[in-house]
Amino acid sequence: MGAVINQLPIGLSIAAVLLLIALGLTFTFGQMGVINMAHGEFIMAGAYTAYLLQDWAGRQAVPVALPVAFVVAGLMGLVLERTLIRRFYGRPLDTLLLTWGVSLLLQQLARDLFGAPNVQVRAPEFLEGGLGVLPYNRLFIMALAAGGVLAIWIYLNRTAQGRRMQAVMQNRQLAAVMGIDTGRVDMRTFFIGSGLAGVAGVALTLVGPVGPALGTYYIVDAFLVVVAGGLGALRGAVAAALALGLLNSYAEFWTDASLAKVVVFAAVIAFLQVRPRGLFVLRSRALT
Amino acid sequence: MLRVRELCAGYGRARVLFGVSLEVAPGSLVCVMGRNGVGKTTLLNTIMGVLPATGGEVVFDGQEITRLAPHERVRRGLGYVPQGHETFPQLSVMGNLLVTLEASPHRDPAAVEEALEVFPRLKPLVKKRAGFLSGGQQQQLAIARALVTRPRLLVLDEPTEGVQPSIVQEIEEAVERLHAGGLAVLLVEQYLDLAVRLADRFVILDAGRVVHAGEAAELGGEEVHRLLAV
Repeated sequence: MGAVINQLPIGLSIAAVLLLIALGLTFTFGQMGVINMAHGEFIMAGAYTAYLLQDWAGRQAVPVALPVAFVVAGLMGLVLERTLIRRFYGRPLDTLLLTWGVSLLLQQLARDLFGAPNVQVRAPEFLEGGLGVLPYNRLFIMALAAGGVLAIWIYLNRTAQGRRMQAVMQNRQLAAVMGIDTGRVDMRTFFIGSGLAGVAGVALTLVGPVGPALGTYYIVDAFLVVVAGGLGALRGAVAAALALGLLNSYAEFWTDASLAKVVVFAAVIAFLQVRPRGLFVLRSRALT
Repeated sequence: MLRVRELCAGYGRARVLFGVSLEVAPGSLVCVMGRNGVGKTTLLNTIMGVLPATGGEVVFDGQEITRLAPHERVRRGLGYVPQGHETFPQLSVMGNLLVTLEASPHRDPAAVEEALEVFPRLKPLVKKRAGFLSGGQQQQLAIARALVTRPRLLVLDEPTEGVQPSIVQEIEEAVERLHAGGLAVLLVEQYLDLAVRLADRFVILDAGRVVHAGEAAELGGEEVHRLLAV
């Protein structure tokens, strides 16, 4: 029983990181039909941003890095969308290969810049220790994800930009003939989605080392969250991230890392047999 | 106001329009007619920029807009109601109207009220998700949404298709009122009787070409019947 409780914060913080990563993916995938394999490298970029900021901000690097990493990763996403993805619009398989290539390039670039060995980011003093079984650093990550979900919800439902983003996601062609500049909305979506991946990268520095391949450990799981949660559905992403994060950490605890992956994949495959379009499907009479 | 000259367009290698020309004078209502598959919707989509023109030109208010993106055409005063009562299904009725308002150049919130005045039936439904409205209500919403931008030319693609009869009447009356108020309208319509009641001028398409054009008075004629008969 003690082990079950001890494992809980680990599972929840993995869920939180997955959620931050999947939020960006679900919108770029849901709005533009783009499978961005380089999304994982935006996580890595966020983590290295925190690493680099240590020289200047010392142990406060993590909180300082949050907004900086958001902008750094966001700009990387923006450039990728403007220069490459835009030209492959409507060709999902080509985009997948293309962004996979970009992902490998970025990993190599990180190896050249920072070296192949992992580096560490020291957590700030205020995140040392914990509340009983709840370490502060893991609580911080959960709070970050909760804040991210809340911010995205407010953005989508309470701002004009968010409303435009929803409109483009639901009916791109109609949005264009209603006067919405869909290209701008795409840029903004990519910026925000990639920026969130950067924030997730900063969060990951609190629970492990930073290396050029950091993103690859999380990108597949994040895609599973998107698929299981339903495209573009905020509630679905939250529920699926929680389920997958917890399942992952408990399966890993009771078996081992590779068997845990098998369990998670098997669970997602079984789930998709029952709900092929994910937890929350955007439904309407208009689509029938 | 709108001049379409020798417009050609198609989907990939399948050409649909072979040099269509037509004109909409300020404040007039022009009806585009023709059997299924002759290119009526393709013509409107090309005028709006959804499909690229492969030849010819579209001139609006004396400026060529043939290569502009759809949203830029809307900003210049074209309002489009596409075929099939399309909405943003997950947004509320109000959300559908606001998202268009926020993208319009004037951004005057009063325009939402004005649009709802045209279709009072929508007023109690503003908080409902658009996807849950009936087909006819969705069509009214689609027209209201186009009006929110305060267009100078309203482009309507079969506004009464697949809509319950009680609402067909309301839509017809609304179009008539808008036209009487000075709004220019380009209407695609399959039903002759509706066209006879509404149009000032008409254009008949067949196989991507204009085969007949004239004043509304001619619409009862033999020639027109022959061209529209299935």
